[in-house]
Amino acid sequence: MSEFIYYGDASLLKRPKWDNKNAEDEFYKYLYLRKNISGFHKELWFHQQGDRSWLIVTRNTKNHEIIRVELATEVVKGLDK
Amino acid sequence: MYYNFLKILKEGLTNNNGWKKTWQNPQIKKKYDVIIIGGGGHGLATAFYLAKEFNVKNIAVLEKNWIGGGNVGRNTTIIRSNYMLNENEAFYEFSLKLWESLEKQINYNAMVSQRGVLNLFHSDAQRDSFIRRGNSMIINGADAELYNVQKIKSIYPFLEYENARFPIKGGLFQKRGGTVRHDAVAWGYAHAADTLGVDIIQNCEVDNFKFKSGVCIGVETNQGYIKANKIGCAVAGSTSLLLSKANMSLPIESHVLQAFVSESIKPIIPGVITFGAGHFYISQSDKGGLVFGGDIDGYNSYAQRGNLDTLEDVCESGLALMPTISKARLLRMWGGIMDMSMDGSPIIDKTHIKGLYMNAGWCYGGFKATPASGWCFAHLIAKDYSHRLSENFRLNRFKNGYMIDEKGQGAQPNLH
Amino acid sequence: MSNINRIKSSLIDTTKEINFVFNGKKYKGFEGDTLGSALLANDVKLIGRSFKYHRPRGIVSHGSEEPNGLVEIINDHYNEPNTKITTVELYEGLKAKSQNCWPSVKYDLMSINDKLSNFISAGFYYKTFMWPSSFWEKIYEPLIRKAAGLGSLSLSNFSRNSEKGFLHCDVLIIGSGPAGLVSAYIAGLSGVRVILVEEDFIYGGSLNNEVFHISDMPAQNWVKSILKNLDKLSNVRLMKKTTVTGMFDHGIFGAIEKNKHKKIEQIFWKINTKKTLLCSGSTERIIPFQNNDIPGIMLSGSIRSYVNRWGINNLQKVLLFTNNDDAYLTAKNLIENGINCIGIVDTRNSSKKTDYKLKIYKDSQVINAFGKLNLKGVNIINKEGKITYLECDYLGVSGGWNPNIHISCHTGVKPEWNQEILAFTPGLNNISTHIEAAGSASGKFTLNACFADAESKITNILNELKVKPKKYVIPKFNRDKYNIDPFWYVEHGSQRKWVDFQNDVTIKDIEIAYDENFRSVEHLKRYTTLGMGTDQGKTSNVTGLAILAKLSKKLIPEVGTTVFRPPYIPLSLDAVVGQHIGKNLKPIRLTPTHNWAKANGASFTESGLWLRAEWYSKKSEKKWRESVDREVISVRNSVGFCDVSTLGKIDIQGRDAQDFINKIYSNRFAKLPIGKVRYGLMLREDGIVMDDGTTARMSENHFIMTTTTINAESVYRHLEFCHQCLWPKMDVRLISTTDAWAQIAIAGPNSRKVISKILDKEFDISNEKFPFMSCKELTICGGITARLFRISFSGELAYELSLPTQYASSFVSYLMKVGKEENIIPYGTEALGVMRIEKGHAAGAELNGTISALNLNMEKLVSPQKDSIGMILSKREGLCLPNGLRLIGLKPINPKNQLISGSHLFNENENRIPENDLGYVTSSCYSPTLKSFIALAFLKNGTRRYGQKINVSNPILKNETMAEICNPIFVDPNGDKLRV
Repeated sequence: MSEFIYYGDASLLKRPKWDNKNAEDEFYKYLYLRKNISGFHKELWFHQQGDRSWLIVTRNTKNHEIIRVELATEVVKGLDK
Repeated sequence: MYYNFLKILKEGLTNNNGWKKTWQNPQIKKKYDVIIIGGGGHGLATAFYLAKEFNVKNIAVLEKNWIGGGNVGRNTTIIRSNYMLNENEAFYEFSLKLWESLEKQINYNAMVSQRGVLNLFHSDAQRDSFIRRGNSMIINGADAELYNVQKIKSIYPFLEYENARFPIKGGLFQKRGGTVRHDAVAWGYAHAADTLGVDIIQNCEVDNFKFKSGVCIGVETNQGYIKANKIGCAVAGSTSLLLSKANMSLPIESHVLQAFVSESIKPIIPGVITFGAGHFYISQSDKGGLVFGGDIDGYNSYAQRGNLDTLEDVCESGLALMPTISKARLLRMWGGIMDMSMDGSPIIDKTHIKGLYMNAGWCYGGFKATPASGWCFAHLIAKDYSHRLSENFRLNRFKNGYMIDEKGQGAQPNLH
Repeated sequence: MSNINRIKSSLIDTTKEINFVFNGKKYKGFEGDTLGSALLANDVKLIGRSFKYHRPRGIVSHGSEEPNGLVEIINDHYNEPNTKITTVELYEGLKAKSQNCWPSVKYDLMSINDKLSNFISAGFYYKTFMWPSSFWEKIYEPLIRKAAGLGSLSLSNFSRNSEKGFLHCDVLIIGSGPAGLVSAYIAGLSGVRVILVEEDFIYGGSLNNEVFHISDMPAQNWVKSILKNLDKLSNVRLMKKTTVTGMFDHGIFGAIEKNKHKKIEQIFWKINTKKTLLCSGSTERIIPFQNNDIPGIMLSGSIRSYVNRWGINNLQKVLLFTNNDDAYLTAKNLIENGINCIGIVDTRNSSKKTDYKLKIYKDSQVINAFGKLNLKGVNIINKEGKITYLECDYLGVSGGWNPNIHISCHTGVKPEWNQEILAFTPGLNNISTHIEAAGSASGKFTLNACFADAESKITNILNELKVKPKKYVIPKFNRDKYNIDPFWYVEHGSQRKWVDFQNDVTIKDIEIAYDENFRSVEHLKRYTTLGMGTDQGKTSNVTGLAILAKLSKKLIPEVGTTVFRPPYIPLSLDAVVGQHIGKNLKPIRLTPTHNWAKANGASFTESGLWLRAEWYSKKSEKKWRESVDREVISVRNSVGFCDVSTLGKIDIQGRDAQDFINKIYSNRFAKLPIGKVRYGLMLREDGIVMDDGTTARMSENHFIMTTTTINAESVYRHLEFCHQCLWPKMDVRLISTTDAWAQIAIAGPNSRKVISKILDKEFDISNEKFPFMSCKELTICGGITARLFRISFSGELAYELSLPTQYASSFVSYLMKVGKEENIIPYGTEALGVMRIEKGHAAGAELNGTISALNLNMEKLVSPQKDSIGMILSKREGLCLPNGLRLIGLKPINPKNQLISGSHLFNENENRIPENDLGYVTSSCYSPTLKSFIALAFLKNGTRRYGQKINVSNPILKNETMAEICNPIFVDPNGDKLRV
């Protein structure tokens, strides 16, 4: 039981619109294809044993160094603007 | 050089001065029929079977470091064919059969040791799914037995039966499962491929592919440009990075899996045992070290090392199952980079680029797959269509909804 | 011959005797001894046998680098194999024995291997034993395994004397030698939180081995004085007997504290630090020559340490062999203590001046050693090739020093080669939680440089922490220079020269590996097992690298480095586990009515972390099936209740709650009236069924969702993801109330009657006022808030009642009382399971993560008219196969034939091959209602095959049954009973 639980690439925030013409292809790409970056990777973590917030963590996948942590809600609201 | 007992005797009598290279260090040619990128188990096996079974000449294996330095050299050495889904079971059973005849094929003793793999279960639901799995194994021509607690007690009296948080209710046993000396697999395939004329090039890193009218025609490396008719990638955790050079995005994430080995102690564990109520599997090597592991660390990583939580989790499960190893000491821990796919099953397929082939997505089951993976990948490269046993391991299965999801976890690689 | 006289000035307290036993014989040592020093003092030189050739082995070193001095420590309840005697603090009653030898360490039958060594050299096993292949498991491997391993584990019992702990600090200082002490003191004075960790049982590191003066006092006194000052600082935590075993991400270190005298013998610390200074010192290297593994051949610095620190004086004739200056200090101290140092063999053309009388053999090498179980003498050769025999019982070897950089490599940073000291020093680490080394760990081999380095490194660290460093005047020394000759091994002679003592790796083995193309360091290591022993190659790795470099005609850094991985010292597994063992492996969750159930005959089963009542046995019931059958019949005939509190409960509130839930469930949820409950199907984004449950609308903006027990956490996480990451603008708040509300299912035709008795008067739950799928917040038992849902899992008229957890236990007692007339009974998870199978409800076994709504015959519950998670990808071809798996029911032709979950389905006359595999059984039970075994299964094209026969095949248990394919809803398919 970890305090934080990992989900995956922060691109999962960008869910396609269901009524787009190519929705099935867009959803396939959204859900299955990953850049799988070596270097600074924006990714989703859930603070399960804490305040239950979803976080966007910028972490170097080469050495695990974390350089930034943001609230997902803030980031998503920013995306919409 | 052909190895046998007499050779050992002769060399022993002449002060061991006559040993020759296990594989050569050839000059790179300008052009090959087939280049395999990745000198790990799968890459070397592919080269060997291309030469041996599919009659391809003029093959090179390019390895960026030293051969066998990837996951084939950093795993827990287990072989088995105990899968639930027919697509997987048929493939892994083929692999197990290849293991059984491997050493004579490659003239190298990789110490294939069929000492049995026992998967324990701790609930009725787990028993039901193990029965389903065991039946799949038998239907696919593998061996499987269901053990009750009494039987397990008679073989492993030192497991925790009385004071367990999750009591052992039985186990699925595969007698033909076991372990293999992992490094020797890479060296043995290298030796055998080399004997058949395959060029094994170490310290040769591929920087880029070369394309001509949409066809892949060669690779740029740190040792220069090399032409090839066909190029196969078998680079496990580095697959996404390598194929990003061909503008591909893949259903793969790279994750770190740790493995652990203890100091050498007198043998107590005859075969492989896995705990069903936590993440722990263990075997004991022929040198006496306990070789054990658990789950992946769970986050994307290229670092080849993990963290303390996983060690604690693995040891907790381990001692809950077999308190008798309490005073064994952890000697080394290390991490390998796993190419975790989106359904937990591998990909052996052509890419959208002619001449470029891929073999990836092995998650943490790649070691036992080595012979079959090599064989099926060789088949695909040589014949340009999938081997019967790998025809389901296609890239397009995600798009079309034909996932092969053994664990039922969906598109979340760290849960497979 | 027991020599327990010691040199007076040592750190041994000769007034405190300690008795111990080695190989069954009694010995005496003193407080301050290690097992190693006490054995040396008692003239015990032969400790054990090597791994492969069973060569005699004696002590080489005085610390955790020890490759040879390994024993089994025998405790009352367990053994500790492979324990290094150089790291065991002597204690009263200690019992130890040699390992890897039979019948005794002096006469070891397996030493026959030594005679055969030419035939079992590096990698021999890869090249033989291949024929016939069945012989490997039957003959060869058992022989190899018989010889495997060093010490042995006791199978009978084990210890529970470990704990885990957490610590936080600003600066972690690893090692309390000169660099560690000075930097800890400066940091401590400056006010930051310091942890100083020392592996040894006394502080001082290398200074404990020395008798020279620092600041006008003996080095050991200087240590005491600075420690006294450190002790006064409340911001400094001193931890001896503690070894840092590994560096992990984000400034987290693992450390093991061992204390044999305490009830908790070991504590595994997780230390969280901002900065780390590695002051771990350095380790001396060996020089391989012929037979350099005979007991009595040790490291020069270790001999010095045994004399100065442990006061050992039973060395008769000591010869030294060196390529650097350090061995001269050993010679000096030996002479000062009246020990016969017969000379020093220096590979250099040394003109080193000494102020004491010492025979120096310059430009010379030791080329061979003689003696079987202990050293008798050596041959040395000079520049002219003249060979001289020298008699000696101890030979101290110094091949230079390796900084102890291991921990600095743990996060993947490669070390750098330093040509001046001919060793690796820590590489640069550019992560913010970095580690730096100071003192000899960073290659500063003179005390002057060591102190200066510590001062400058700790000052940097304090600056980075934005703390002003306080001044401390570091001791000053003459400017010494460390001089070393790049001399790695003796070429002369063709007998075996040992590089790795424990694993029996010789220079010849490295040459064979090279000839066979194992030329990368990693290949070499793996092929020869060099450095793979319990000493982790601390004395042998760099020497091996140098030999490889010479063979490849490359420089050492060109050949590569070996990567040091955690742990720094071998770490016993129980230390990592602490008290999380046995039943304490994971927490146990108990349902609110657990104690009541226990008192009323329930048997329990694990369900995730929960313990749930599986059935309630009556005295007359001998088999569990009798109890379960009775429970099912009682419910179907009258009424029963079951604690279903483990179901996940999520409270959803907000103006957009309805729209939110409508996006979570794939079925239509937009127009759920207040006071109504609806079944909801939840898909993963990939279109596979994730979970199912019911959601009730309590008021305009208040919904209560239930989930399955197993998915309670993951569904909640998923909902938070959807809200926070996908639709943050929706006005929704979510909270898990699983633990706050107990939930009791009350089912059976008489359930309404019973519930009416507990409801407060004003509430009417007649079928008209409270029809199927209604919900309501109300009060019971005179004012207790509760929520009533008219939903059914059993297929009977049924309700689920939620009430605050604290009332649950007394509530069920009360329920038993008021339901007496109706013969109410409690039922467990088994009866619950039987009734849901009879009713054809999918549960965990069906929702196995590979199943689509169509597979469950629920395709109509995926509305294409709205956006919901998973709707789009559920349309993929593979999820919509017209002849794909469908949930069906199975009834055996002979009702007494059990159908077993996990069986596969085949048409009667087809072979049992994968191509003919049509599906599998997911759930099965005996149905007391139908008086037949029944099952649920997924079958290809199943819904079109009702009435046909199918073979239920279970080869692993060697049985087969014929069954009829039927509607999965065995009981009341039209749902009439639900609505009465």
